[in-house]
Amino acid sequence: MAEYFSMLNPEALFNSCPGGIAQGLIWGVMALGLFLTFKMLNFADLTVDGSLATGGSVCIMMIFNGYNPQLALLVSFVAGVLAGIVTGILHTTLGIPDILAGILTQIALYSINLNILGKANQAINVNQVKLYFTSNINLLNKTIMIVAACLIVIILILYWYLGTEQGSAIRATGINPNMAKAQGININHMKIIALALSNGLVALAGGMLAQYQGFADVNMGRGAIVIGLAAVIIGEVIGEALLRKRLNFILRLFFVVVGAVIYYLVYVFVLWLKFPADDMKLLTAIVVAIFLAVPYLKNARKNSFRRLARENKKNGLTVEE
Amino acid sequence: MLEIRDLHKTFNKGTINEKVALNGVSLKLEEGDFCTIIGGNGAGKSTTLNAIAGVWPVDSGAVFIDGKDISGLPEHKRAVFLGRVFQDPMTGTAADMQIDENIALALRRGKLRTLRWGVTKEEREEFREKLKVLDLGLEDRLSTKVGLLSGGQRQALTLLMATMKKPKLLLLDEHTAALDPKTAAKVLETTDKIVRENKLTTLMVTHNMRHAIDHGNRLIMMSKGRVVVDVKGEQKKNLKVSDLLSMFEHAAGADEISDRMMLGDN
Repeated sequence: MAEYFSMLNPEALFNSCPGGIAQGLIWGVMALGLFLTFKMLNFADLTVDGSLATGGSVCIMMIFNGYNPQLALLVSFVAGVLAGIVTGILHTTLGIPDILAGILTQIALYSINLNILGKANQAINVNQVKLYFTSNINLLNKTIMIVAACLIVIILILYWYLGTEQGSAIRATGINPNMAKAQGININHMKIIALALSNGLVALAGGMLAQYQGFADVNMGRGAIVIGLAAVIIGEVIGEALLRKRLNFILRLFFVVVGAVIYYLVYVFVLWLKFPADDMKLLTAIVVAIFLAVPYLKNARKNSFRRLARENKKNGLTVEE
Repeated sequence: MLEIRDLHKTFNKGTINEKVALNGVSLKLEEGDFCTIIGGNGAGKSTTLNAIAGVWPVDSGAVFIDGKDISGLPEHKRAVFLGRVFQDPMTGTAADMQIDENIALALRRGKLRTLRWGVTKEEREEFREKLKVLDLGLEDRLSTKVGLLSGGQRQALTLLMATMKKPKLLLLDEHTAALDPKTAAKVLETTDKIVRENKLTTLMVTHNMRHAIDHGNRLIMMSKGRVVVDVKGEQKKNLKVSDLLSMFEHAAGADEISDRMMLGDN
């Protein structure tokens, strides 16, 4: 035991925090995309596992071929939009249930990503190009600043967009599709638009992440939806606990990012505790399951038959035979 | 105004659950008609309304509004012409959106949803004025989520949403059936007022004979997917429950009269 603790170096934890924050912020972009479909449209979109890697692959290959890294990110976004449209059409025009539609696109994207990369993993020489997002220790603070600035812009745009006529129509589609149709909203179009935007953001995050780590991997998106959900849910729980009724819409968006950063700081901390990196996905799944289950269990405890029986016995309402 | 011609619809065709819901329904409404539809369970009342609204395509027949055939238009495109209130108070509004956001959605019925702001300041003032008419105190709660309102409040709000942008036809599908008698009476009173003031052409489905007699200038009765009784003008004004029952017995047979219709005096 003492040997284990002596292995842990507080300085190492401190040093890995900025990296955790930077990655958390980049995943915040992804989580905002997921928020759009999962929370606004009520659609669990599994496309993201594929579109994140698509964004990364497109970005890396463009930089590899000498294009401007900013332009590469823009094209990543567009690639994600296209992936979202595919899922949208599978779901609306072809009537495939939401989760299946997402899985189909995700699987298709695996092949497409391999084709884009030409192999399973492609790196770029990070010293030869000027990247905007990099894990270089000396430039990490700058990365954090740039991602944070991007996030502020994205949050403001999302806040504005969801308040527009079109954004309201998307929200209505998610909450009550029958009402939306009765008010003349084409719910199929709204679903496709939301999926396109969402996957655009996810692919953008994939591009940023690929720049950050200096390579793209065909498996980089595996389990992305779970990490994104973790961010959305952790952010929501913390936001509600801290602000309660004052949690307005723009703060909800902000707390999605907070959730992503917290997730990555915990990740860094758990790795620091020498938790095997291979088991991290298991841990993530457990954390997300707990956060998803808590609201249900809380409610179930309040409305429990067993509790009623116990109380009735205590109050003498039940006569023991 | 509205004309429906020989509508046919069979659900679950070719299965053991096959059900002929509409068996040749035809109806013509004049501008400003307020027509109530009455009939037992499964008579095809709500199905007729859904056929007009385009919830699904009918098997055969046509729906005209102002002489234009809308049978081939999907639900969201027909919404331009229609205001709808449903039986379930949950159906007509988006629970997780604010009162003003819900009304604003309805106000843009039939318009392209652009990137302009979803609710403007001037609209909010307008909504406040309109909500005062309902006399439910909602004018001071524009930012309240609709999910926090009672069933009666939600139905009144849905009614306002259905009529704020004047529809060519208002479809009321047993919109007071899920409410307690007192609230139902109030929502019906508001319905009358709004229909009268805006001279709306209206189709109101009800289970309740009293309501069917007391409201509107025309009454049709349905049975087994057809219109079996059609009362209008002076005859409708002087109609009594007993008249209605004998007409119905004559047209459809006594066993068709459901308990709910008999007890529907509240």
